[in-house]
Amino acid sequence: MAEFEPVLTANIHKPDSHTLRVYEQGGGYQAIRKVLGGMSPTDVVELVKASNLRGRGGAGFPCGMKWSFLPKDHPGPIYMCVNADESEPATFNNRILMEQDPHQVIEGIIIGCFATKASTAYIYIRYEYPTAFRRLQAAIDECYAAGLLGKNIQGSQFSLDIYLHRGAAAYICGEETGLIESLEGKRAWPRIKPPFPAIEGAFRKPTVVNNIETMACVPHIVNRGADWFKSMGVPSTGPRDAGSYGPKLYCISGHVEKPGCYEMPMGVTTRELVERYGGGVWKGRKGKASIPGGLSMGIMTEKEWDVPLDFAGPGKVGCLGLGTAAVTIMDETTSMIDFLHNSCRFYAHESCGQCTPCREGTSWAERIVHRIKAGKGRLKDLDILLDIASSIGIIPGTTICGLADGAAWPIKNAIAKFRGEFEDDIKRTNPTGWMVEEAVEALELVGLGTGH
Amino acid sequence: MTSTATKSSVLTAEMRAKIEALFPRYPTKQAVTLPALHIVNEALRCVPMDAIPEIAAMLELSPAQVYDTLSFYGFFKHEPGGQVRAWVCRSISCALRGGEEVLDSLAHKLCVKPGETTADGKITLEFGECLGLCDFAPAMLANEKVYKNMSVEQVDEVVALLKSQADQGN
Repeated sequence: MAEFEPVLTANIHKPDSHTLRVYEQGGGYQAIRKVLGGMSPTDVVELVKASNLRGRGGAGFPCGMKWSFLPKDHPGPIYMCVNADESEPATFNNRILMEQDPHQVIEGIIIGCFATKASTAYIYIRYEYPTAFRRLQAAIDECYAAGLLGKNIQGSQFSLDIYLHRGAAAYICGEETGLIESLEGKRAWPRIKPPFPAIEGAFRKPTVVNNIETMACVPHIVNRGADWFKSMGVPSTGPRDAGSYGPKLYCISGHVEKPGCYEMPMGVTTRELVERYGGGVWKGRKGKASIPGGLSMGIMTEKEWDVPLDFAGPGKVGCLGLGTAAVTIMDETTSMIDFLHNSCRFYAHESCGQCTPCREGTSWAERIVHRIKAGKGRLKDLDILLDIASSIGIIPGTTICGLADGAAWPIKNAIAKFRGEFEDDIKRTNPTGWMVEEAVEALELVGLGTGH
Repeated sequence: MTSTATKSSVLTAEMRAKIEALFPRYPTKQAVTLPALHIVNEALRCVPMDAIPEIAAMLELSPAQVYDTLSFYGFFKHEPGGQVRAWVCRSISCALRGGEEVLDSLAHKLCVKPGETTADGKITLEFGECLGLCDFAPAMLANEKVYKNMSVEQVDEVVALLKSQADQGN
């Protein structure tokens, strides 16, 4: 394979990379001129379909196919919602794109709206990204002044407005229908699907919801073609695998010497990431485990670090998927109980409360792991945790959205892959197998009792 | 005693103008709920209960609808917070590098629990869930300023910086 040439991050190290001037000097806004100069919306959809670009937000759904689900010849309005609510623990690739190269993102959004005939795009951006918010707003203002947004863009028949909409620190707003509800001014409770947003989304109109990095890929596909995009990554292995093509921003954080965000072709391994880019496991220690793509994807052991991080790879070792491709490394000194406690606490805090299995299950799991961490664990707690984990989520069919699946996976993986460590710790800290009277045991299990 | 005393408005003319300016962006006025809450919160460092019926009237909603949305997000408080609101990340990438210890240490130094404001009204300390600053872990966002690669050893220095941020009004 030829030497890999980064494209998504080609601009980010230049001075003033966030300005229109620098973006255009680097070839920016050529793709939108090409599109407006002779492509039809269908041409763009077909091009993106041919590239096999899959969504970078976590689910990996083919982007062109998502666009093609919009009703044909709809009188409008059609909306685009761009998901910049990047809140998956360990994930920051979209922050870097928005802060360092906002015009690349905006060019992708303009092309995406042209392809889907959307007349308004809302970028839903998490509150915790103030710099990204200001840079994007400045870039949007520059675009209006330059005739790249607004009425009759570059003299064409195509008009588009882009508005930023700030969130208020709620993880669930990253779920596409939670995002839509939040945009509409309501609590961010995910919707039952169908109807899918493409049919009935924001303000009950057809809506596409796309991730920031996905949009940033689009101008490059227009400029360089679908074959260029497909020249990178891991090819499809069969009719049920859409393949993992193109460049990807991998985040690496946790116990490495050099945490950061690195662009490389889809399919790098955790070990390569750690050793070639992360500067190795920190403090000269050995690795113990990792998160493959945001906390919700579960965990890999160090022995599994040679699995390629493409859309199919993490699933082969029991993880939920590639997710956001944000890798977190844990060194040999890390306690899996501490890890699981941190994970369960996050989901208990962020469950939106709509579905009882998730609202209650995530809190029960947090309280049980908290009790284990406090030295009052019992061996059978591990089976109770697994029982909760297998009962909450879309996969068992008990919740509306996937938040609970993301809560369940770290529990399932941690206990399956490190059960001995949990058992040893419980036997050491609670050797008598501390029990309370049966009558209050149920309350104790969930941390509501008075026995300790 | 006079019976003509009217309750003064919480929303100023400036806040109302900012809120109204957003109406053309959305097909419904309800969609301006979160932006309106942010406008009030930025001006007052909270959204007082008395502001809710006023916002509701502007958006042609029931106050209960505005309150329902407001209360979903733990973000909006009814009493003013400190001049600086500082979120210390407690999620996994920061926790692996000492984030929780930094949070505990800051709480100890400032004599507050997460969610509380210092007695001088300068600093509200909060825990944050993943702030997306994992490349700078452990990290903190204080108003719009990012504190990177923090450690327990630097906590005195961080407290001084937070106080000067509060004094300078940024």
